[in-house]
Amino acid sequence: MGTQAVEQETATATVPTRTGLLIIGASQSGVQLAVSLRALGFDEHITLLGDEDHRPYQRPALSKEFLQGTVESESLIFRSNDYWAGHNVDLVKGEYIVRIDKEADGSGVAHASSGREFPFKRLALTVGARARKLEIDGSGLDGVLYLRNADDALALKARVGDATDVVVIGGGFIGLEAASSLQKMGKNVTVLEFGPRLVGRAVGEETAEYFLQAHRSRGLDIRLNTSAARFTADDGGTRVAAVELQDGTVLPAQIVLIGIGVIPNTQLADQLGLAVDNGVVVDRFALASDGTTVAVGDVANMPNPVPGSEPGERIRLESVNNAIEHAKVAAYSLTGRREEYAGIPWFWSNQADLKLQIAGLCNGYDQTVVRNDRERGKFSVLYYRQGRIIAADCVNAPLDFMAVKNALAKGLNIPADAAADPGIQLKTITTDS
Amino acid sequence: MPTVHFTDAEGTVRDVEGNAGDSVMETAVRNGVPGIVAECGGSLSCATCHVFVREDCASQLPAMEDMEDEMLYGTAVDREDNSRLSCQLRLTDELELFVTTPETQV
Ligand SMILES: Cc1cc2nc3c(=O)[nH]c(=O)nc-3n(C[C@H](O)[C@H](O)[C@H](O)COP(=O)(O)OP(=O)(O)OC[C@H]3O[C@@H](n4cnc5c(N)ncnc54)[C@H](O)[C@@H]3O)c2cc1C
Ligand code: FES
Repeated sequence: MGTQAVEQETATATVPTRTGLLIIGASQSGVQLAVSLRALGFDEHITLLGDEDHRPYQRPALSKEFLQGTVESESLIFRSNDYWAGHNVDLVKGEYIVRIDKEADGSGVAHASSGREFPFKRLALTVGARARKLEIDGSGLDGVLYLRNADDALALKARVGDATDVVVIGGGFIGLEAASSLQKMGKNVTVLEFGPRLVGRAVGEETAEYFLQAHRSRGLDIRLNTSAARFTADDGGTRVAAVELQDGTVLPAQIVLIGIGVIPNTQLADQLGLAVDNGVVVDRFALASDGTTVAVGDVANMPNPVPGSEPGERIRLESVNNAIEHAKVAAYSLTGRREEYAGIPWFWSNQADLKLQIAGLCNGYDQTVVRNDRERGKFSVLYYRQGRIIAADCVNAPLDFMAVKNALAKGLNIPADAAADPGIQLKTITTDS
Repeated sequence: MPTVHFTDAEGTVRDVEGNAGDSVMETAVRNGVPGIVAECGGSLSCATCHVFVREDCASQLPAMEDMEDEMLYGTAVDREDNSRLSCQLRLTDELELFVTTPETQV
């Protein structure tokens, strides 16, 4: 192992002639898959390969603490080089896989754009998703940016110093997080949202409205039902200088940040002939349609894991928690065990001083209960389906979040009528009916 | 170098040297110390970095803020008087810290 550790430092790791498991995509899901496999005693050699030129890192801070400069890049790294070397995992950076030849037994060879080949016994696709592009006039100008990976964040940070005005396109989580961060850094920020409310369908109306008011009262200029018609350049003709809206309004902008969602990276799955439908279609055990390849995380379209969801209902989740839990399922699969997704999906998003925590999935709710404790700045929305709690959005209200998450995990309920009083601790009214 | 001694629920001890400025959570996770999950990477959103701090070490640590206090009510293993979220504990040059990790974090 010693020699591998040394060679890893030079990024030309010695991948053996045939690795036991080739994990394509070295991010949240890929890292967790390797870590979980080792915890389960999987003893084959693992190659954890990704196209980025960085050691695997955590993305969430890219729009928050890292952008604001309150954490350093080193803090975002998942595991030390020693950890990988000591666990018989070769980390390969900067290789982009363009094609895979695969046999019926699950083995094959992956071909990188550099010409390198990576023979494997088993394959895992943890290739995630990429930013959806906005193609309008001027979208190729310097200063029109996206925020999906570390290079994007570095490009954004490099331009922040010179900018006074920023236009963020897209009022989803990443757009709002970045907008809040940039505003905190003294920029004049405008958010354009194409739809009639913020954050799309990930939260209900009440939460969307709460965020709209909260951000506006903190000075963020948010324009709903608004879209950009074109980006115009400065005198030099190469750098973005303004955003022109559909109605003719012109907003100055030295940075335009586009956050309009992501597209799962299904290119390799398509090429392999795997079933693809808004992501790689997998079964309850994270297996793709060939029965041998596992697909995990942002790229996977899986049966809805929430207890009590409709049979046949499918979902593709984009969250750290999902990447972790789904990777565990895949790790069991690869070691011959059959374990279903455990735990309740949850998500967080930090925007200015608003700490949002979401427990469960609100899909298909028929009733909401709003707990608004204005005095203490706490706000929660509880979602119900046929009288049973299915999810909650909690802003600066960790006790509510924890109570709902625990109730969902244990199959318990929090009756709607009692929950409406924000003075009552949800934990104390949790019941099994 | 600051050192953190992690004892897991079975009693196994792991001594990890860290860097001043890093959190106890980061020090554990980067080196693969089991028993700390840290889903949210230190943003005080998950409560899966719960540790019990040995009583005589407590005075070396910063006081708890409200958010950490509230989050501690949702840990997988119930909180005790000496509970902390390890992502909120920063290593300092002289620090020698003894913590125990709970049986489970999720
Ligand atoms: C700015 C930002 C903020 C976020 N904030 C939060 C948050 O607060 N809370 C939360 O829960 N989630 C958050 N997320 C979402 C979370 O980071 C993702 O859900 C998670 O990263 C998904 O992990 P993944 O490994 O499945 O995919 P990804 O992280 O997308 O990783 C896939 C990797 O595969 C690589 N790859 C793709 N194709 C190839 C190929 N052919 N060859 C080689 N490599 C390839 C990609 O470059 C990438 O490195 C945030 C995401 C972003 C971008
Ligand atoms: S790592 Fe999530 S609360 Fe500490």
